[in-house]
Amino acid sequence: MPKITFTSATGESRVVEATAGDSAMQTAVRNGVPGIVGECGGVLSCATCHVFVDEADLDRLPPMSEIEDEMLDGAAEDRRANSRLSCQIPLSDDLDGLKVTTPEFQE
Amino acid sequence: MTVRPGHGTLIVGASQAGVQVAGSLREQGYDAPITIVGAELHPPYQRPPLSKALLHGGLTTDALLFRSPEYYAEQQIELVLGERIAAVERAADGSGVAISASGRRFPFGRLALTVGARPRRLSMPGADLAGVRYLRDTEDALALRGDLARARQVVVVGGGFIGLEVAASARQLGRSVTVVLADDRLMKRAVEEPISQFFRAAHERRGIALHFGVSPASALGDGAGRVRALELTDGRVLDADLVVVGIGAVPRTELAEQLGLAVDNGIVVDEHGVTSDGTTVAAGDCASFPSPVPGPFGRMRFESVSTAVEQARVAAATLAGRAVPYRTAPWFWSDQFDLKLQVAGLSCGADRDVVRGDPNAEKFSVLYYRDDRLAAAECVNSPVDFLAVRSALGIGRTVPAELAADTSVPLKKLLQDVRDVPLESVR
Repeated sequence: MPKITFTSATGESRVVEATAGDSAMQTAVRNGVPGIVGECGGVLSCATCHVFVDEADLDRLPPMSEIEDEMLDGAAEDRRANSRLSCQIPLSDDLDGLKVTTPEFQE
Repeated sequence: MTVRPGHGTLIVGASQAGVQVAGSLREQGYDAPITIVGAELHPPYQRPPLSKALLHGGLTTDALLFRSPEYYAEQQIELVLGERIAAVERAADGSGVAISASGRRFPFGRLALTVGARPRRLSMPGADLAGVRYLRDTEDALALRGDLARARQVVVVGGGFIGLEVAASARQLGRSVTVVLADDRLMKRAVEEPISQFFRAAHERRGIALHFGVSPASALGDGAGRVRALELTDGRVLDADLVVVGIGAVPRTELAEQLGLAVDNGIVVDEHGVTSDGTTVAAGDCASFPSPVPGPFGRMRFESVSTAVEQARVAAATLAGRAVPYRTAPWFWSDQFDLKLQVAGLSCGADRDVVRGDPNAEKFSVLYYRDDRLAAAECVNSPVDFLAVRSALGIGRTVPAELAADTSVPLKKLLQDVRDVPLESVR
């Protein structure tokens, strides 16, 4: 099972074992990782699962859709070059070791 | 966390609001026992996909679960499934015992009602035929998915979110789909006229037939107990081997009534989520609450994820001993085909609207103003506009109506550029 590390804006890290096929957002919410809300459940409607992806992992992720790109423009905390919506990151063994940081605000 | 012994909080209803009350209580350091009792056998799950991805997208029910079993264990939230609370006995201080239909007893110090709503049912001859379906929970959705796999001609009764989402799902599966509705326009309770008109044309372009201003008179059977056609009040008869009814939901108020709580189209709560007994809280689809935003509104009841979540947070704060008023502008969404509708704020009573973007390109927003202030936005495939308006309403900002139509400037930029207009009760 892929492992993913969530680090909060204040630097606290938590490693979670994900179920392959779940998104990074689902993995965080199901396991009570703070800093990710995911209110719409992963259908690109709320932009409350914004994460900053570790630079080393960026190339491993699937490309961003136009609508994800637009949603990131409206995220509560300003987007950066390594911003993604974590509901759009399906986890697999290929993504084992993924590291993301959550922003200070999601809403 | 070490949980104190005692009776703590009993949450009746393993719903979006129920899970949020429990989670928010723990986030706020509440250290008394928390029990969630749910009537369904499925652990708490998201409902919005039941009319969409679960029907046509191959989603599994496991994908809908809010939390892992480990989460409930770690947070010391006891989850009891398959028990429907039938009666509540109570002492004067608000504590008491809830008793399930099977006779199981659940003592509590405080009670939270997150019992949701049930689908409004059609009463007509033939309403009980096989193939006449409603959609509220997972079992409904799985049964409907099974029927959709075999159906050829689907008639949907009701032109609200559930009806149109099911219609779109059925059409995406290649079925012939007709929608009949009593109203003169689509989603009349939820959106304003321009959006209704856009969706009417968009659904027709995608091959859905729409009949306005009619209701079902009777369902006709095939002689073997299954529906074969739906007769309408105007005399027309539509062939149908599947009828899906989405004509609204009725709040579950039986327990509240039994407890003697005030009920008015939902369990009456104040801005802190407290019911008329002064101790019990309620949140979500079952609750009737004072408007969270200023305006010419009375009491309201909303069936949406965001209101369930926000009211649950407020109710949890109350239970944890912190009074936080409910002040968040409602927002909601609906996905129909490739059309993403997102609504922020309350448009009723608006005196001006501004169209931003191009309806012909199926990408536009309508912004609504009341007394020159931005009150709401209804956005089609325009998430950036939606997020900007949701954020603006949250912090009490507006955007000048005369600038709002200019799509070359992001709304967010316009919001930042306008002078703050203080609003008495927005946080």
